Amino acid sequence: MNGARVEFRGLRRRFGATVALDNLNLTVEPGELIALLGPSGCGKTTALRCLAGFEHPDEGQVLVDGKDITHVPANRRDAGMVFQSYSLFPNLNIRDNISFGMRVRKVAAARRHERAQELLELIGLPQIGGRYPHQLSGGQQQRVALARAIALEPRVLLLDEPLSALDAKVRVSLREEIRRLQLSLGITTIFVTHDQEEALSMADRVAVLRDGHLEQVAAPATLYDRPATPFVAEFVGTMNHIRGRAADGRVTVLGQTLPVDGDAPATGDVDVLVRPETVLVTPDADGGAMVMVSSFRGSIARLTVQLADGTEVLADVPGHDSARLAPGTPVRVALVERPVLVAPAADGAGSQARPAAVAVAEPDVV
Amino acid sequence: MATVTPSVAPAAAPPAKGRPRRPRVWRGVVLVVAALYFVVPLLASFVFTVDDPSTGFTLDAYGQIFSAEGFGRSLLLSLGLGLVTIALVLVLTLPAMIAVRLAAPRLRTPLEVVCTLPLVVPPITFVAGISTVLRWGPDYLASTPFYQTIIAVQNPDFPLVLVFAYVVLALPFVYRSLDAGLGAIDVRTLSEAARNLGASWPHVVFRVIIPNLRSGLASAGFLTLALVLGEFTIAQLLSFQTFPVWIYTISGSQAQVSVAVSVFSLLITWLLLLLLSSAGARQRSGS
Repeated sequence: MNGARVEFRGLRRRFGATVALDNLNLTVEPGELIALLGPSGCGKTTALRCLAGFEHPDEGQVLVDGKDITHVPANRRDAGMVFQSYSLFPNLNIRDNISFGMRVRKVAAARRHERAQELLELIGLPQIGGRYPHQLSGGQQQRVALARAIALEPRVLLLDEPLSALDAKVRVSLREEIRRLQLSLGITTIFVTHDQEEALSMADRVAVLRDGHLEQVAAPATLYDRPATPFVAEFVGTMNHIRGRAADGRVTVLGQTLPVDGDAPATGDVDVLVRPETVLVTPDADGGAMVMVSSFRGSIARLTVQLADGTEVLADVPGHDSARLAPGTPVRVALVERPVLVAPAADGAGSQARPAAVAVAEPDVV
Repeated sequence: MATVTPSVAPAAAPPAKGRPRRPRVWRGVVLVVAALYFVVPLLASFVFTVDDPSTGFTLDAYGQIFSAEGFGRSLLLSLGLGLVTIALVLVLTLPAMIAVRLAAPRLRTPLEVVCTLPLVVPPITFVAGISTVLRWGPDYLASTPFYQTIIAVQNPDFPLVLVFAYVVLALPFVYRSLDAGLGAIDVRTLSEAARNLGASWPHVVFRVIIPNLRSGLASAGFLTLALVLGEFTIAQLLSFQTFPVWIYTISGSQAQVSVAVSVFSLLITWLLLLLLSSAGARQRSGS
């Protein structure tokens, strides 16, 4: 089983006044797992449904291995899909659920059962063939849905937020399992999610969507370290904006001078974008800053630190340091010595990009 | 339907063990009151049919049912009308309701209103309208091919016009039953999952939606059948000998037999209800 190359070309889709897809262009390489990430209403699910055939674009094409499938009916497409809500057929037992597609294609019963058993073993649930969906837990149901989706050996696998209905522990183990299966089958997979942790941990590449168009598509580490747009910077992970002054490809911020990552803007006031984990906080009576809030998260504690000028900065410190950095502690704030991203200052000429970034609620980093 | 209550209530009682006494007492009181309400008229009817002033207890009235003129024909006619009505009303509503749920959710409210409308039209108004239309036959259509159609739908052996009228009367009940059934399953996701696995639309409807809608279909069917077996006004005013009309006709000459038939038809209805609800129960335990 090999994956197919999937291309979205200039997809547009409008629902009444809302634009779900606005000229989406994206190529998914054979065998790749790509995550479509974005806030709700960004068009990621619409894109997936266009590929599955449940939604028809107003303009543009969907190509699988170079073949235009935009007008192929949903039941003639070579793509397995796992849905967000539990989608097993309640009247069929697990074995019949998995072999539903083979039954439609009139595969002989013996061969069907054999293949269903094979898939049940693949998902680690060999005993449950005779049970009914309502007798399974949510995680088991989604595993079976996954087995059902790959039963016909499709060349594309579509996952529409398959983990969002599950509790946290099951979610983590199932996403690892999906990734393992996907790698061993080499199937091209498109994974829609609004959970950035899921996207970053599973995908070969992550495509961030906003208002129906692609903001950036890149490997998880690149996306996190070098977000191409302020929106991506805000949406993926958490970003501090600290006022600094740029000059000659370097920027002076918090008394440190750091190299600028990427294109250095003209000299002048800039916003320096800094991840909380690159902010160093040490207790210091003369540090000029103070811990305002400390939120303990086990391995780390996230501090809200107020600088001398009133700016608040988020900083992640190791969990065991949280005791000596309790709220009210005077501290010194520094940045890790590494290139930083800068954006035009919020009140300056860069007003074009900023409001959009501000409009997005700060994503929750679990 | 309400007559099932007494038989269901005892089954629900055992889990009350170990609970405080008071609710059980109340439960008993409610059960007794409900039982009296339903059992007394039935019992009275039964006593009336078996009590003969001269000879005492006799089952003669029940014996006479089967030999009474027109019994078999009218019962078969009503059952036949019921079955055809069920088939027609389901063929009309089910695809429409599935289509509205999948493709045009905005039409759901209009559909609901249209399907519920027959509830507010009194049968007498309804039948007045129907007979007016039927009179057009001889008056205006005598020279056209429609005249034959008008005559055919009034064939006394199988009056299709009653089927059409009953389809309209049954719409609200069928709509409610199917709506509840469709609401219990995620029609959209299930049909998309089936489409994704290669199923054509007919396959989706017959192999995915209908099997998961069995209890809704059963209750729609039962309600329609009960309605047709009990409908009197329209059949009487259009002069067709359906079962209720026949009971009414013989009650003038043989009062005891007519009440015996009523008791008998209640038993038949119960039997059908039991059959249908056990079909529904089988589905629940199976799925």
